[in-house]
Amino acid sequence: MPTFVYMTRCDGCGHCVDICPSDIMHIDDKYRRAYNIEPNMCWECYSCVKACPHQAIDVRGYADFAPLGHSVRTIRNEEQGTIAWRVKFRDGRVKNFLSPITTQPWGTKIPDFRNEAEPSAEMRNSELLAFEPKYIRLDDGGLNTLESNKLSLKAGAEYHESL
Amino acid sequence: MIDITSTPIAALALAENGIGYAEMQTYVTVMIALVVVMTIADLIHKKSAQYFFQAAEKAEAQLAAGAAPCTVGKEEGRLKQLSGGDKMGILVSTVVTDVASAGEFHNPVRRLVHILTMYGFILFNAATAMIIFGAAETATLAMVWNIGAIMLLVGSFWFWFGFKVDGQAEGKSPFSISIRKDMFSLSLMGTSLSALGWEIYGGGTGVWFALVILSTATLFGGVYWSKFSHMFFKPAAAYNKRIIQANGTNENLPHEVRFGGTAEDDEFQKNRHSMELLVDAPADMGLGIKREAPKHY
Repeated sequence: MPTFVYMTRCDGCGHCVDICPSDIMHIDDKYRRAYNIEPNMCWECYSCVKACPHQAIDVRGYADFAPLGHSVRTIRNEEQGTIAWRVKFRDGRVKNFLSPITTQPWGTKIPDFRNEAEPSAEMRNSELLAFEPKYIRLDDGGLNTLESNKLSLKAGAEYHESL
Repeated sequence: MIDITSTPIAALALAENGIGYAEMQTYVTVMIALVVVMTIADLIHKKSAQYFFQAAEKAEAQLAAGAAPCTVGKEEGRLKQLSGGDKMGILVSTVVTDVASAGEFHNPVRRLVHILTMYGFILFNAATAMIIFGAAETATLAMVWNIGAIMLLVGSFWFWFGFKVDGQAEGKSPFSISIRKDMFSLSLMGTSLSALGWEIYGGGTGVWFALVILSTATLFGGVYWSKFSHMFFKPAAAYNKRIIQANGTNENLPHEVRFGGTAEDDEFQKNRHSMELLVDAPADMGLGIKREAPKHY
């Protein structure tokens, strides 16, 4: 179900471009509106649909299982902390849902791992980690880092400022 | 230097070997005719008008059919027939918010750039037409012409280097130009730059004047191939958006009913099991992903 953009609604802000995990939402050179450059690579995650501040992005169902007339549309409201869905079936029935997307004001409950105590031996030997790789349990040589594994991040658009 | 109390238009009309106001009036009339013809051709080609009529018909049909059978949530109270007064109010708010102050843009810088370009374009062209058709230049009109040209110059170049080039994500050079795609932006930049260059370098009928003619002819004559006509259909799109929001059809978008909405809606949605988590939550949760302005494209 690839996404498509209503050009009369889009203002070319780029939220969808930033959030698309497949990097297939781009801004058109001429019209400065977003568009899906590769619809068959879209995996319908709805990230762009939810991020769009104008509700300018919709998802087109493949005709074999979602013939004409259906609609699944959503409004993600960060300020209210909710997401609303309206599902319309092709026989005309409708379902409305409203759900929370956060229960605390954004950014107020970010854990500060730097100041957290190290996991105790009991925690590391917990059955909850029974099938996890050894490096997660810190069995061999303590905490695994990029440095301890002789790895480094390549400088790029996202990392060059911090390196 | 730029003298904002005069324009090269009047100087050209008064010069001995200049171009008279009559010829200038012919040129402006041809440009206006080109815009009209090209815009109609563009409307037919892109089917923009057809799109709006179809969308309006669809919304009307939905209104006539009434609320859809709803298995989860409520649909009652969603649809509303708008009166003439409602529509007039929506028209006024569209003109004030969406047209006059470029309200469609959430990015404040992009909005500022658009306002500079739009009002620069309007002031510059209105002053040009008034000077030419009035066959006289006043200090006020000259000032409007100059300020309009400077605003258009700043807005169009800011747009090009700040937004259009998109070097960060797409790795594009500001000098990588596609005539067809960039015709509108380039002709706006060319019109303002050549008009001010024409004034700075003494007016007359030299190279700068030729550039003014070339860039304005491209701007007004290239409507069919450029994005010039957006200034006609964007207000229609904004009006249509407000109408469907007000009458409740809203292109199948859900209602947000944590606050507002009908009493029945609130009752139902607030009692949904997961919504209990928000019973004691503050009304304003602040911004999540939208705290960061999009910049990686």
